[in-house]
Amino acid sequence: MLVGVLALQGAFAAHELALAECGVQCRQVRVAADLDGIAALVMPGGESTTMSRLLVTSGLFDPLAQRIADGLAVFGTCAGMILLSAEVLDGRPDQVSFGAIDITVRRNGYGRQVDSFEADIEMPQLDSPFHAVFIRAPKVERVGAAVEVIASHAGVPVLARQGSVFVASFHPELTPDYRLHSLFLQEV
Amino acid sequence: MSSPDSPTARATGTYPVKRGLAEMLKGGVIMDVVTPEQARIAEDAGACAVMALERVPADIRRDGGVSRMSDPEMIEGIQAMVSIPVMAKVRIGHFVEAQILESLGVDFIDESEVLTPADEAHHIDKYKFTVPFVCGATNLGEALRRISEGACMIRSKGEAGTGNIVEAVRHLRSIIGDMKKITQADSAELFEWAKRLQAPLSLVQEIAETGWLPVPMFCAGGIATPADAALAMQLGAEAVFVGSGIFKSDDPSPRAKAIVEATTHFRDASILAKVSRGLGAPMTGIGMDEINQRFAERGW
Repeated sequence: MLVGVLALQGAFAAHELALAECGVQCRQVRVAADLDGIAALVMPGGESTTMSRLLVTSGLFDPLAQRIADGLAVFGTCAGMILLSAEVLDGRPDQVSFGAIDITVRRNGYGRQVDSFEADIEMPQLDSPFHAVFIRAPKVERVGAAVEVIASHAGVPVLARQGSVFVASFHPELTPDYRLHSLFLQEV
Repeated sequence: MSSPDSPTARATGTYPVKRGLAEMLKGGVIMDVVTPEQARIAEDAGACAVMALERVPADIRRDGGVSRMSDPEMIEGIQAMVSIPVMAKVRIGHFVEAQILESLGVDFIDESEVLTPADEAHHIDKYKFTVPFVCGATNLGEALRRISEGACMIRSKGEAGTGNIVEAVRHLRSIIGDMKKITQADSAELFEWAKRLQAPLSLVQEIAETGWLPVPMFCAGGIATPADAALAMQLGAEAVFVGSGIFKSDDPSPRAKAIVEATTHFRDASILAKVSRGLGAPMTGIGMDEINQRFAERGW
């Protein structure tokens, strides 16, 4: 199975390492032709406004939006979550998103870098807590009826899915624990 | 911090949290800005962060005198203008400037040779801070000493304010070249490497296993064109800092956008050709034999 990793900017290399540990082949995705033949896509953390601009200038936005609409399995972490959300608060007015999961997120909703943190989160799919790293993370402020919340921290959803679209406000690629990548790949 | 067994327990300022932001900046362009208006232009162009400072390195070089941390009011003006991470510089060893920047909520501190050093022997103990630090390096030993002091990101120093990429290339080749050699060394030779580099043995051993620094390495000092940015990336840098190269050029906004695209598509020559067209004049730049002060020599 070939899994794409959006490589416009951000922590794509860490995701590639995690996916390789799960035994799948990866391809960096920067232009539309890179989408050919991928079975799933990971959208990493990084700066969502930078990625938004590059999605447009590279001509990747429309073909990727079409693939997502056609059911491509996608896992967006942090900035990737912002890019997949239906509504983005405190974004730039020209910021694009795919609207692939019916949630509202607030950019930097947990604060600046000095407020970034790590914490254990629990979910029924895992037999022990997952240690999650939150970096200038987006905060989920609304969840639509079609969205399944998989895990929360301090009462706020941090991992959710709608169909084949998965989002996390934290960074499973920053810890040597690949259980969430494996869970995503099982759904592909 | 709440108690560890509480369901809302969280830990801030840990090494993974600090290093994590460096990971998020990979593949991006961090731009020097001296006003909120420049910060807006940088964010509009797709910068992944801005570096707030009083004067760009080219002006520091021209004006001389002592160069210090920026006025907090100016940093707050930039924080209010943009939503991307805001970095700021402190003088080497000036831990009080760092305390002040941390209290302002700056996202990353650059302990920078571009400012006038405050301490001729010691760098800041960066483990004491919640905010992450980046430090410059001209060679692998310097990089590893900064990492052992708690730096979460290294940038090759190059020679800031020159618009000349030659020093950045020298430093990248030196750091990466030595890492390649270390991966070929046997375990006995690693002791000699640690001694020669004046660096902790444990970090040298880690490089022997992984082939890379334990933190991200970006490139700074001399990038003036999209091709310069792509050169740094192809040589192995994981992101770039652009200082004087944008706002000392004829037309900063299109040049900033072009450098962002070049950093992403750094292996695609047809995209590089496209974004390099019609940008107006780059900063004039200066040759290494024309300068009397090498910033890169500051730091120990």
